[in-house]
Amino acid sequence: MKISRFFKTILLLDFLSGLLIALKEIFKDKKTINYPFEKGKISPRFRGEHALRRYPNGEERCIACKLCEAVCPAQAITIESAERSDGSRKTTRYDIDMMKCIYCGLCEESCPVDAIVQGPNFEFSTETREELYYNKEKLLDNGDRWESILAANIRADKPYR
Amino acid sequence: MFEYLNIIFLESYKVLFMLLPVLTAVALMVWLDRRVWAFVQKRRGPNVVGPFGLFQSLADALKYLFKEIIIPASSNKIIFILAPIVTMTLALVAWAVIPFNESLVIADINVGILYLFAVSSLGVYGIIMGGWASNSKYPFLGSIRSAAQMVSYEVSIGVIIINVLLCVGSLNLTDIVLAQENLWFIIPLFPMFVIFFISALAETNRPPFDLPEAEAELVAGYQTEYSGMMYAMFWLGEYANILLMCSLGSILFLGGWLPPIESFPFNFIPDFMWLILKILFLFILFSLVKAIVPRYRYDQLMKLGWKIFLPMSLIWVVITASYLFYFDLLPSN
Repeated sequence: MKISRFFKTILLLDFLSGLLIALKEIFKDKKTINYPFEKGKISPRFRGEHALRRYPNGEERCIACKLCEAVCPAQAITIESAERSDGSRKTTRYDIDMMKCIYCGLCEESCPVDAIVQGPNFEFSTETREELYYNKEKLLDNGDRWESILAANIRADKPYR
Repeated sequence: MFEYLNIIFLESYKVLFMLLPVLTAVALMVWLDRRVWAFVQKRRGPNVVGPFGLFQSLADALKYLFKEIIIPASSNKIIFILAPIVTMTLALVAWAVIPFNESLVIADINVGILYLFAVSSLGVYGIIMGGWASNSKYPFLGSIRSAAQMVSYEVSIGVIIINVLLCVGSLNLTDIVLAQENLWFIIPLFPMFVIFFISALAETNRPPFDLPEAEAELVAGYQTEYSGMMYAMFWLGEYANILLMCSLGSILFLGGWLPPIESFPFNFIPDFMWLILKILFLFILFSLVKAIVPRYRYDQLMKLGWKIFLPMSLIWVVITASYLFYFDLLPSN
């Protein structure tokens, strides 16, 4: 036993078998993706960048109930509301501080009209802090841009809610 | 006056033509190292900057250039700044005696191997200076480890080189290569080549002997307090040293610029290309080893150096010497 171990050590057998495995692994398929050019698959429930959605006729969904503001654990949402000329209650201000946000998804869950949602976009880094204070305009713009995917995601997740 | 200027100009010209390829090679080697490491772990490695990510090191160097150099308030400022300069200079100075073919060498001095050995021994100073001048505990501990490690493995490398010198009978690196025309020394001295390779790993602080910069214990060892271009210089020096060890290995054991067989397809390739190919082969081995082995414990490292490698290489000196003496093969000059 001891002699075999001695020869194993002196001839570097363990080392050589390890080297052989390494050489084999080099030619196998890579397990990582080529990130900026290919991206991983994202679940419909993915909680990324926020967006405010509209009804198909262009009317904002948000009714300024402020449930999201109340439920937000990081207190990242600020809403101010007023009565519009047609008598409906709408927000005059809807701000999200994206640096306070912890991406928990409670705002999306609390919303009775599916207005505030978290989309699939996770690449919204900016060069300045100011750009991450999202206002209503920016959020509605996001909603318009991602609407098709947002709607599809909500539909896909419906049976489990 | 003008004669001297002429000589200075000529010599600097030669040095420039040596240093530029070496520095380029160092940059490419860093890329290759990361790439091989990534491939063994089934990752992709740097592949965005330039074709196959070849210019990654260039981008890194630019980044380091623009970063702020922070000098700790309680450090010994002069020595702190001097340390990376010493490391890099010594790593580059050693290339003066490396022959790329029979005439392509800056200084063809007759004690080339001794010079190489002296300069690489001095390399410890850069690390000790950096670790001490930082005035911080991790760099200090790291530099102590590094110094002890480099000193102990230099002993066995020295004894291994004696083996080769016994067979050659000259300290000139060109003579050492020419002595291998019939038989590369890797064949008769194979165990010595293995010990040389492992000692070179320890000498250049490569895994599995990268204890001076063991992240888990010592943050980054002697480099902890360094930032910006000063860190990059340590890093350049380290890789230049690795390349130097690879070229020393190929000159001592793999026949330098000599092709494996003196016949058509092999001697068609220019001779300095053979040296480059051999250096590349050794370097890929270096990076493969980095990918597959776990780090040694410090006492194991010291035990390996003093209790196993040193006696083994000493015994092999006796064997080589007696063999050469008995069969009357000792080189005569």
